[in-house]
Amino acid sequence: MPKNIYEKIWSAHLVCEPNDQDPILYIDRHYVHEVTSPQAFEGLRLSGRKVRRPDLTFATIDHNIPTVNRDKPISDPLSVLQIETLKKNCEEFGIQYFDMNDPKNGIVHVIGPELGLTQPGMTIVCGDSHTSTHGALGALAFGIGTSEVEHVLATQTLLQRKSKTMEIRIEDKPTPGITAKDIILYIIGKIGTGGGTGYVVEYTGDAVKNLSVEGRMTLCNMTIEAGARAGLISPDEKTVKYLLGRPYIPKNIQEEELIQLWLSWASEPGCLYDRTITINAEEVEPQVTWGTSPEMVAPITGKVPVLNEISDTTRRNAVKKALDYMGLNEGMPIESIEVDKIFIGSCTNGRLEDLREAAMVVKGYKVNNRIKQALVVPGSMLVKKQAEQEGLHKIFIESGFEWREPGCSMCLAMNDDRLNPGERCASTSNRNFEGRQGKGGRTHLVSPAMAAACAITGHFTDIRKWKFNK
Amino acid sequence: MEKFNILKGIVAPLDARNVDTDQIIPKQFMKRIQKTGYGDVLFYDWRYISDDKTPNPKFEMNASRYKGATILLTRDNFGCGSSREHAPWALKDYGFCCILAVSYADIFYNNCFNNGILPVTLTHEIIDQLFKEVRATENYMLEVNLENQTITKPNNEIIKFDIHSFLKERLLNGWDQIGLTLRYAEMIDKFEKNHPLKL
Ligand code: SF4
Repeated sequence: MPKNIYEKIWSAHLVCEPNDQDPILYIDRHYVHEVTSPQAFEGLRLSGRKVRRPDLTFATIDHNIPTVNRDKPISDPLSVLQIETLKKNCEEFGIQYFDMNDPKNGIVHVIGPELGLTQPGMTIVCGDSHTSTHGALGALAFGIGTSEVEHVLATQTLLQRKSKTMEIRIEDKPTPGITAKDIILYIIGKIGTGGGTGYVVEYTGDAVKNLSVEGRMTLCNMTIEAGARAGLISPDEKTVKYLLGRPYIPKNIQEEELIQLWLSWASEPGCLYDRTITINAEEVEPQVTWGTSPEMVAPITGKVPVLNEISDTTRRNAVKKALDYMGLNEGMPIESIEVDKIFIGSCTNGRLEDLREAAMVVKGYKVNNRIKQALVVPGSMLVKKQAEQEGLHKIFIESGFEWREPGCSMCLAMNDDRLNPGERCASTSNRNFEGRQGKGGRTHLVSPAMAAACAITGHFTDIRKWKFNK
Repeated sequence: MEKFNILKGIVAPLDARNVDTDQIIPKQFMKRIQKTGYGDVLFYDWRYISDDKTPNPKFEMNASRYKGATILLTRDNFGCGSSREHAPWALKDYGFCCILAVSYADIFYNNCFNNGILPVTLTHEIIDQLFKEVRATENYMLEVNLENQTITKPNNEIIKFDIHSFLKERLLNGWDQIGLTLRYAEMIDKFEKNHPLKL
């Protein structure tokens, strides 16, 4: 029987299947950040346990760190405590740690791939739901809770029940201006935030083959927003090309052999899935979320829902609650929604290609007068450096954006970058939950190009009609 | 970890779908490095109208009749979003030991079992009915019996529920997962030696 990638990685990492507990799965990479790890290290200390494989464990700080004034001490004592705690824990347990100004620092899901730590066929976990991002390189990667972080630290394994598999086949070519972000928002709109629950998703089809590796990361990143355990893409030549030459690629093996090994994880022709969904990429228009869940999404040419057109009561109540929170009127055209702030960044869309796309849009234009703040926050130190080498920062700054230091920033507003109550933001991040970007803040999820266009016009604007300056 | 067997307690309703962990506990409270002390900030943005913790009268669970509740009644896809274990820590710290819902997000579901919380999955119809009964009767209590996989209503009607046998055993015995896995340390050693990726 031909096997799919999930089945291959699963069986290659199964340590054993005890008859009195869940199967034990070996973990190849464990990424750690400051917010979800302190209690896990404390647990180890209390029980006198060690980290089994510090060499497979990598830590970074991203959630709490400031994106300005890096030369000054961090003002929030609680953030400082969390950062210092991680630093101390890494020293005590011998874990590699990328400090704030380390050139390898960045958002955990941006640096894993760019350092070449993430490789095809690996099992990867992190105390963070967007660990699914790493699946873009053909790794089985998913988020875990803090108790599980402790379990992985102590045993380098995790107790797991096997998931069902879902193939999301994305056929045909997207039209110009449509990005991976639009495709994934469109999919979530179709299957809902619970649509993937219990499944590991593999993305297949021509549109996926044609996506860049960074675009694939955006797709896998938001798979968790559809409730799936993980999202994967079978490794191919693009994956290989992306990875070769990155710092953490194994050196103890011939390149040819390594490439063969990587490609060997790909799903085999004719393999089966528990469920298959087919999407036509040609149908996808630029997407904008209007509500407080990523499934509450509409095309730019669409409208905010009208309540009495929704027959299901629970859903109607949910939409009503969302519209109240978002301060939107039923039936208003998406294009007429005006925003106050712009956020370009996060592990969803804070990579080099994202910044390039946004820069192309804003080039030669000025940020609209109604925009109070427009932030560009690169996903990592490396992204920042590369963007600056290409001069992207100048385009953004000339246009009126702030060019910041890397980190999670306004994706979850644990540092000072946040929305004030009632403020509306066009954001390239992944969650439009109530209060996600600051208490009372209103988030609309969009692609980097759409956020950039919105910064210039002050309202959502169809990127397909944009006049680009050379 | 504490064992879970039989729980009889007041049921509090949270009538919403897709309740995400950002709502269960907002990020500003995730900067602490302890596991306890989050009960007070559970559902913070819904529960209080201001930062001095003035209760929001519109938040149903704030009604005095739900004081001391240990069972949370809610709807589909509870606990979606961020993987933060601060969510079950906050629920537990507030007093909830059992959740009744139509469905749960994966990571949250797993996190519950590591904190002695029983997440029970029930059908839409049963959940709907329970919402009606909870609202109709003050001090509405249910008895949840994990061993028998039953929930007994005040009128002695019994609801059966399903749960994976390993997960059930773990809660019943209050087992420490790490201790369980370390019984297989030799197999982990052996696996590492033959690992296809030679890490
Ligand atoms: S950028 Fe946002 S979603 Fe990504 S890891 Fe940071 S906080 Fe989480």
